[in-house]
Amino acid sequence: MPITPKVVKEHGLTAGEYRNILKILGRKPTYTELGIFSVMWSEHCSYKTSKPLLKGFPTRGPQVLQGPGENAGVVDIGGGFGVCFKIESHNHPSAIEPYQGAATGVGGILRDVFTMGARPIACLDSLRFGDPKDPHVRNLIKGVVAGIGGYGNCVGIPTVAGETVFDDVYRENCLVNAMAVGLLRADRIARGTASGLGNPIIYIGSTTGRDGIHGATFASVELSEQSGERRSAVQVADPFMEKLLLEATLELVASGLLVGIQDMGAAGLTSSSVEMAFRGGAGAEIDVSLVPKRESGMAPYEVMLSESQERMLLVARKGKEKGVLKILEKWGLHAAVVGRVTGDGRHKVFEGGRLVSSIPVKPLADDHHPLFPRAHRPEKRPAYLAKTRAFKLRSVPEPKDYGEAFWKLWSGPNLAGKGWIWRQYDHMVRTNTLVLPGSDAALLRVKENGSAIALAVDGNGRYCYLDPFVGGMIAVAEAARNVAMSGARPLACTDCLNFGNPEDPEIMWQFHQAVKGMAEAAQALGTPVVSGNVSLYNESPRRAVDPTPVVGVLGLLKPVQGRLRWASQWFQRGGDAVYLAGETREELGGSEYLARLHGLKAGQPPALDLRREKALQEFVIRAVGRGLLASAHDLADGGLLAALAESCVRGARRGSPALGARVALAGSIRMDALLFGESQSRALLSCRPGDSAALESLARRLRVPLKRLGEVGGSSLRVEASAPGRQVRLDLPVSEVENVHDKAFPSLMGEESL
Amino acid sequence: MRFSVLTFPGSNCDHDCWHALKNVLRQKVDLVWHKEARLPQGTDCVVVPGGFSYGDYLRCGAIARFSPVMAAVRAHAGRGGLVIGICNGFQILTESGLLPGALLRNRSLKFLCETVHLRVENASTPFSRLARGGRVLAVPIAHGEGNYTCDAETLRHLEDRGQVVFRYCEEDGAVTPRANPNGSLENIAGIVNQAGNVLGMMPHPERVCETEMGGTDGRLIFESMLDALTAKG
Repeated sequence: MPITPKVVKEHGLTAGEYRNILKILGRKPTYTELGIFSVMWSEHCSYKTSKPLLKGFPTRGPQVLQGPGENAGVVDIGGGFGVCFKIESHNHPSAIEPYQGAATGVGGILRDVFTMGARPIACLDSLRFGDPKDPHVRNLIKGVVAGIGGYGNCVGIPTVAGETVFDDVYRENCLVNAMAVGLLRADRIARGTASGLGNPIIYIGSTTGRDGIHGATFASVELSEQSGERRSAVQVADPFMEKLLLEATLELVASGLLVGIQDMGAAGLTSSSVEMAFRGGAGAEIDVSLVPKRESGMAPYEVMLSESQERMLLVARKGKEKGVLKILEKWGLHAAVVGRVTGDGRHKVFEGGRLVSSIPVKPLADDHHPLFPRAHRPEKRPAYLAKTRAFKLRSVPEPKDYGEAFWKLWSGPNLAGKGWIWRQYDHMVRTNTLVLPGSDAALLRVKENGSAIALAVDGNGRYCYLDPFVGGMIAVAEAARNVAMSGARPLACTDCLNFGNPEDPEIMWQFHQAVKGMAEAAQALGTPVVSGNVSLYNESPRRAVDPTPVVGVLGLLKPVQGRLRWASQWFQRGGDAVYLAGETREELGGSEYLARLHGLKAGQPPALDLRREKALQEFVIRAVGRGLLASAHDLADGGLLAALAESCVRGARRGSPALGARVALAGSIRMDALLFGESQSRALLSCRPGDSAALESLARRLRVPLKRLGEVGGSSLRVEASAPGRQVRLDLPVSEVENVHDKAFPSLMGEESL
Repeated sequence: MRFSVLTFPGSNCDHDCWHALKNVLRQKVDLVWHKEARLPQGTDCVVVPGGFSYGDYLRCGAIARFSPVMAAVRAHAGRGGLVIGICNGFQILTESGLLPGALLRNRSLKFLCETVHLRVENASTPFSRLARGGRVLAVPIAHGEGNYTCDAETLRHLEDRGQVVFRYCEEDGAVTPRANPNGSLENIAGIVNQAGNVLGMMPHPERVCETEMGGTDGRLIFESMLDALTAKG
């Protein structure tokens, strides 16, 4: 095909980028070369917009065994073991083809983890949709949840935690972020590198078809009315193949026969071979005629750009091919030697004897190379902020009936129990899940070293819309706080940055601010960012999504005298004392209360003081470690009253009846802020009455405000609250609280129950 | 006692069964690859674990039944050896003809993972002999196709001969439509063959063998098997 300006434009390359291609090659590119440049330089693969900003993230620490730059990050959890984890988006594919889009999202992130030599032990998901009552949205939800479950369940990886948020801004462009977590031996981290002159490059897994060609480019443009026509850019999932690849990969890594290994994810064979050669400081030759294909007549361009799923690229030690192939044969996997490592620093593609592409590796993959694309995007403070910040709480009337206000919030999609979702996921397989879904964080035992890890994923698009810097900080702080509530110490985080079109200066400003806020919080809380993913262009013709950085945090719970001590959010015993740790201020900006009851997305999100945040987390971690706490729950959407109700309802394990509580609250702020405000760095705790003195003294020592509210017990949640000029008494029967919690979401989905 | 836990391509509860038997119940356990034509010497019991053998493509368990190891399992069962099939293992046993009936898609058409209650209907099998009849066990399920069905005559035989071992029930033991998570005929959760030495069940006893996993009711099934084997000598 002749390379015309139109063809160049269709490949998403700018005129400047095309000039650089001419400079690099010293000639016009072939069609295959143009395809390779276009995917390697797409936003999705090159991070040309985001990379300069992401450099502000803290990425080091004594616990970090592998930071960003590899397939996934790795953190030390002691005893010679490491945990490997990463989060990634699959937003556009899921918006077009929800089941396959979500399923392949899980598949891709699992491969990133087991490619590092880690056995996957858990998945998490973070989802954003429009209103579940909308039939279009309902179909997306059903498809996405079934796809995530269909994949993880089949591979046998428990999906243990997540979050689901509903807001109209995500109606057309839903967000589907999947996180995978794996366990490995710290001395056996596999890496995606190609080195050793003449070492064979081996292709394994599914055959290559025409599916997913230009998926990476598709991810780098906005969704439009025509996006449905790009369904062929969505790949099809084969979780059974993934399971075979997983087992074979772990056997191969343990065998010591490999030099390097990499998943063929976005931009398939192209990015895997280019990136491996780049990391190994080598060149690579691929012969597309040797690649196992599922369709005939595929051009080299198509083979190189296909994003068929469940494929990996290996570099084996020369002469060890037989051993590699034997392991692959055991698992019944396709394998073929498709090329070799070279020393000339070039990435060459042959079709049989014919050279169809020859490009130096560095300008394709090295962001320090002078001709590597850089997007200098102008930034502008969004105009809408003038309006949202002019908001005065005075203009909002308080509810007449606080009971009614509670039920309205409680039955809304964001606070409704998400059992409908997580019961479709096998969350117990591998028999490690100590705290099942529904609590602030999942907790998994690590049989191999006697410790446990806590996992949580969090984000708040509304806060980020109103103030991306503070919202970014809160995303990190809240995910870490969720982990700390279990008693585990947050170790590191992974992030998925979901934003609109960065060519819009206001979006670019949001992005920059959010990243700055996240970096500051990650630094202060000692949780370096070890892996992540950027997803831009999350827009439809109607609008951009709210800026939505999503943060996954890994925490470590060490045994004390051979015993693990942990907490969940649920009250444990009648008679236990109920406490509120932290300070409640008059903060309703960006709250679930304002959004759901008053239809407002306005004000300033709650302030976050990172020193106080750190102190609160330290307090809870130590209190759990000393066995002082029966339950610990982070205060978030819906504030104190929602947190109380959430601690009353039972988790997935329902051995005994739900517990009520009797609490008295007093404040010098508005009643709605007292009950529903979302002030940060707070936790709702319960403890045996005998442990109260020790808990209070620990709080004093760590300078954490701690107030006794009442006690656990009875068959209803009874609240007596007093604020200036207002007294409220609520008596909420826990059976009804639990019933609404269980049934609200199925009913929003148009189903009576599961 | 010596257990053989089978591994098919796509099995994913094999390690969980291995862990429960080896580390919790302290028994000898071998993981046996599906291509083996023979079971390890001295195998007392075969465990066909859960998962998605062959991706559950075609039909759950339909391909696994052709694996070489299944001939050895049939022979083992024919000699009166114990066989327990859990979840996908149950599906493989029905596909293999070792147990009657079939497992259809859940009534809700959704995969479902949650703890359910099981009433012990027959406490005289090698898999339930340590339970009192009518005892209620809390054991998790995790499946998309656990809706047990069979023809009317088979059902009559199963009921008449006490081959229904477990039924889905309420916490208090009442067998109700509400307690039926997947639409199974007569709330059937687990059955034995006519000889009583082959059990298939959809719930996962290996997931509840340790207190920190939320309960130990699953141990009762494995301990019954140990007890039966000891009694047999």
